[in-house]
Amino acid sequence: MSVPASRRAWLRAGLTTALGLAAGACDKLTASPAVNGALDGAETLNRRLHGLIVGPSALAREFPASAISPDFRANGTTNPDNDDYQRLAAGGFADWRLTIGGLVERPLSLSLAELRAAPARSQITRHDCVEGWSSIAQWRGARLGPLLERAGLKREARYIAFFCADTLELTLDGTGDYYETIAVADAFHPQTLLAYEMNGAALPVAHGAPIRLRLERQLGYKMAKYVMRIEAIDSFAKLGRGKGGYWEDRGYQWYAGI
Amino acid sequence: MRPDRPLSRGRLLVYRHPALVRITHWVNLASLVVLLLSGLQILCAHPAFYWGETARFAHPLAAITTRLADDGETRGLVSLGPFSLGVSKDADGQMQPRAFPAWLTLPGELDLGAGRRWHFFFAWLFALNGGLYLAQGLASRRLPGELVPTRAQLAHIGAALLDHLRLRFPRGEAARRYNVLQQLAYLPVVFGLAPLMVLTGLSMSPAIDARLAWLPWLLGGRQSARTLHFASASLLVLFALVHVAMVVVAGPINELRSMITGWFVVKPEEPPR
Repeated sequence: MSVPASRRAWLRAGLTTALGLAAGACDKLTASPAVNGALDGAETLNRRLHGLIVGPSALAREFPASAISPDFRANGTTNPDNDDYQRLAAGGFADWRLTIGGLVERPLSLSLAELRAAPARSQITRHDCVEGWSSIAQWRGARLGPLLERAGLKREARYIAFFCADTLELTLDGTGDYYETIAVADAFHPQTLLAYEMNGAALPVAHGAPIRLRLERQLGYKMAKYVMRIEAIDSFAKLGRGKGGYWEDRGYQWYAGI
Repeated sequence: MRPDRPLSRGRLLVYRHPALVRITHWVNLASLVVLLLSGLQILCAHPAFYWGETARFAHPLAAITTRLADDGETRGLVSLGPFSLGVSKDADGQMQPRAFPAWLTLPGELDLGAGRRWHFFFAWLFALNGGLYLAQGLASRRLPGELVPTRAQLAHIGAALLDHLRLRFPRGEAARRYNVLQQLAYLPVVFGLAPLMVLTGLSMSPAIDARLAWLPWLLGGRQSARTLHFASASLLVLFALVHVAMVVVAGPINELRSMITGWFVVKPEEPPR
């Protein structure tokens, strides 16, 4: 027996409605703040557990020079589209100065030459992008810990914020400017660098010239490029949209150790 | 063990699955569905696989890309090493260059952060639930007894295979326990694929790698681990498809009832012909 056309239309309409309702329920579920809040519980658990089992000082694996990737990808901004940055780049960053301020006893203002004279470290490490790929490069840069000691962190400082020259999304309120925040403990990790060299040459513009952050035990989006200003802060609630970074404001996890 | 209950026509109602197995089975199903869909969401961010520690972008093992067709439209392209598996057909409506369609990802729209949030929450559920199943099964000696085939069972593997192909399923005493084909399917899933999912998943974490550097090394590097993660997920999907097909042909009501209430109807041995 064949199904009459009208019944077929009804069946189809019924099926479409059911699928639509299922998809709608799914969308409602994935958009629900309560659901997302519950899911965020896993992030907190992971961050705490990693803190316990990985600890503050375990080093990321370092590789031999033969492992360096010939095709290290540059993600996000690859050439900041603003006049101030372009002027600095044209002058070889001779006029660039990094300020370290916020909750510190002695704010610093450093030229690239002064930064290069600071306690440094070289490391060949794997860069893991949140998208799923990895590349290996050699990095050389000033260790962030000693710089913060020089500036003298105040007791209430809990995070270190990095403000960048690039705007990844054009917005009216400036929340499209790239920034990142990391925990003070991670800032003092021996492999946490303000990198000014990549694979033995000055850091290319595509990779964040004049300096980018290296935070080896977390994903690439934490490692801010084109860093212009560093501040010690006690809360990131008032920065950007309040989630602790450009990508965090757009749904990425603040703890990027996974 | 609960006593059998005789039914009409020589059939027996036997208590087949203890409560812990039933509960962990359904929790496992829920977590695997969410992990699969959110995993495909994550994969959409970089639908390419490599071997080794790093990505060689120009030489993926396999990749889903788009190419511009002669008519100016973009078409999906699945490549496996030097081979192309084929170009996807045109679809009506709004085309979006994405590796997997919206109905196969969680959430539906492309949202890597949300996909990761779902994935990492349900990864905990999957691991804890599986750990509970394994711990209870091993501590009670139930799992080795049920899943490891005896020499006699292995000797009759040919006959069991033939019976399965003819869709003749065990009756009587033999139906009280897993048959040798079930054992040979469940054993590598429980002790191979499921732990491999967890290990390959863990080794993609840069923080975990700082403490357990041997883990990605053992798996051939982080990109190898990522490839293996997807390969073993694919095998789990294959297992699930065969599993559901077998439930359907073996008697879906009886099989489903046994995994919900624990009680399974055993048909009497066929009279000798």
